[in-house]
Amino acid sequence: MNCIEIIDFLASYIDGELPPETVAEFERHLAVCPSCVAYLETYRETIRAARFASAQKDDLVDDAPEELIAAIVAAARAK
Amino acid sequence: MDTTTRAALVSDLKAGEPTAFEALVRMQMPALLRAARRFLRSEEDARDAVQDTFVSAFKSIGTFQENSQLATWLHRILINSCLMKLRTQKRRPEEDIETYLPRFQDDGHQVEPSVPWAETAESILQRKQTRDLVRASIDSLPETYRVVLLLRDIEEMTTEETAKLLGITANAVKVRLHRARQALRTLLDPHMRSMR
Repeated sequence: MNCIEIIDFLASYIDGELPPETVAEFERHLAVCPSCVAYLETYRETIRAARFASAQKDDLVDDAPEELIAAIVAAARAK
Repeated sequence: MDTTTRAALVSDLKAGEPTAFEALVRMQMPALLRAARRFLRSEEDARDAVQDTFVSAFKSIGTFQENSQLATWLHRILINSCLMKLRTQKRRPEEDIETYLPRFQDDGHQVEPSVPWAETAESILQRKQTRDLVRASIDSLPETYRVVLLLRDIEEMTTEETAKLLGITANAVKVRLHRARQALRTLLDPHMRSMR
């Protein structure tokens, strides 16, 4: 396996979808390629970062605008 | 909300009790607006999607299964409303995702070797500025990829659920998700490196 294949199969590797022989080959490459190890780790961190940043309620406007509530209640009554 | 209160609310909603509907709107709106704003870039569209969600829920409350979670049920309706809005919107010209994917030399090695980020995402993300950057980077992804990333990694839907919602194959979801994550990684990399 080379770096192209490693990066292509990264998501399947993380999700445990690769057959054992491919995992063994994958890990043989990782053992000698610090760049692919760094790519794998930063790919995992990217997923964590996306989840963490999107889940931070404190940063986001937490609102229930009165005019929107009134419009929704009126729209539902009209149905 | 405890089980008894929730059951009473559902019962009042099914009986068409207007105050129950308003109570539901007030209770669930902040979470639904937050989710809608992740999918839709304009505030007007996000509010429209939330309104469509509640009106649709009001019409179909009779089919709501008592043992389900109201919040989850509403959230599913909202995701559908947002996707419908995105489908009908005029598509913005999209940047080619290839721009953000790693490049390789003829021998298969990366042109620019990757380096680790010194801190974990959790520690870096203690800074609001970084969290804002992550959200802005997600927003800047080409639409086709951004939506798959939101559904899979943020809304935590399965590959199959995402494929069904978008009307594409499970394999297409996997490919788009992998590219979306790679593109996001590329966008975050300079910032995360500079934290070293």
